[in-house]
Amino acid sequence: MSIRDRLSGNEAVAYAMKQINPDVMGAFPITPSTEIPQYFAQYVANGEVDTEYVTVESEHSSMSTCIGASAAGARAVTATSSCGLALMWELLYVASSSRLPVTLALVCRALTGPININNDHSDAMGARDAGWIQIFAENNQEAYDNYIQAMPISENPDVRLPIMVCQDGFITSHAVENIELETDEMVKNFVGEYNPENYLLKHENPLAVGPYGVSPYYMEAKVAQVQAMKNAKKVILEVGKKFGDETGRYYGFFESYKLEDADSAVVIIGSSAGTARATVDKLRAEGRKVGMLKVRVFRPFPFEEIAEALSGVKAVAVMDKAESFSAAGGPLFAETRSALYDLENRPKAINYVYGLGGRDFRVEDCEYIFDQLDEIIATGKTGEVYRHIGQRG
Amino acid sequence: MIHAKDINEQSKWQELTPGCEIYEPATASMTITGEWRTMAPAWDPSKCKQCLLCAPFCPDSSIPVVKGKRQDFDFDHCKGCGICYKVCPFGAISFGKEEK
Repeated sequence: MSIRDRLSGNEAVAYAMKQINPDVMGAFPITPSTEIPQYFAQYVANGEVDTEYVTVESEHSSMSTCIGASAAGARAVTATSSCGLALMWELLYVASSSRLPVTLALVCRALTGPININNDHSDAMGARDAGWIQIFAENNQEAYDNYIQAMPISENPDVRLPIMVCQDGFITSHAVENIELETDEMVKNFVGEYNPENYLLKHENPLAVGPYGVSPYYMEAKVAQVQAMKNAKKVILEVGKKFGDETGRYYGFFESYKLEDADSAVVIIGSSAGTARATVDKLRAEGRKVGMLKVRVFRPFPFEEIAEALSGVKAVAVMDKAESFSAAGGPLFAETRSALYDLENRPKAINYVYGLGGRDFRVEDCEYIFDQLDEIIATGKTGEVYRHIGQRG
Repeated sequence: MIHAKDINEQSKWQELTPGCEIYEPATASMTITGEWRTMAPAWDPSKCKQCLLCAPFCPDSSIPVVKGKRQDFDFDHCKGCGICYKVCPFGAISFGKEEK
């Protein structure tokens, strides 16, 4: 039985952490994720959890703490944003290549510069090739629900990969919304205990973690890591189904919103999906066949499934809340257009980079994009593929 | 469980351990690290007094000692640093360019 409450996204994640009671937290503050270790510190101080709360001097060390703890056999968590994630860069690869299921709550924020504390996906997208599972939330409820599903996915023996549970800085992390929480008992049973087969503190079986892998081994190690990421797809769906069976809130790789008969669609990640949904509702009321695909799982990227979901549309706008400076489109566009390539009748695809550094994305903006898609369908001409929206000039 | 002795340069990716973890201690001895040596020591047993000064000076455990007696060099791991040659008080170890 769910409990109705109202929490910010950061509170929701800290509350889920409390219910899970992880063994170790590497804690370092950075806006807008600071509240997660802050709220969790209160749970530690109040004796509500028995987590080893390790206050470190940088994010490089908080991730190192998690790696050491995870290798030792502990369930390790941390939270960060923006340049904090950038400082973890080196260690992100150590965690994933060592196949350590660390859980990172990422509260997405722009990367410097100019210096900016507001939301976009530059941090998460910059780390997209680091070998971490990446799951994004649209709202506080999804941030909470995704966090509870994170460990059953990442700790699965067929997966054993670290996981980033991403939400949008300030937009969801600091805004208070109605939320349905689960009971401590439900969460504890759902997440379960972490019982790795091998770990450093297993005295009867000495273990070495993170060995030197010369060229005759490195490529094999990477292919094995890819296989683990492929395996994660099945596990993500199983865990999302099981979570739905218990809570009524089901999760897959993405949400298809009114796509079945849509002529045009936007593909989007995170909180702006709410804006896109409102736009779709408005235009549907006017009789226009529009839809939305909200990506929840970015790594592993659900190529075949997204292609299938978009196979019926004539034109699609892929929305990137991050620049990649390829000078040809953002990261979600690159993946989505690549997925569409295998379709017999693929839709025309354009890219909009939007919302950088906290720039508003409004229903009027999304409506303008659907107008552009209609024009592409009417004229058969895609025009400029790589576009920005929301900037002056 | 996959053991270190079963992993080699012919192993397929499916035959590695997750994250290349190694599940037993002291596996470095299975890896041949002496390949890049250019200089090599040579042991003359007729001059050797078995004082065993050389063995603890070896930075790489490449002088095996069995029942209180040193054996010939472990050339799978000797890097050719020449320290044993320097410390031998009896001239029982010579040192020169390795002929391959």
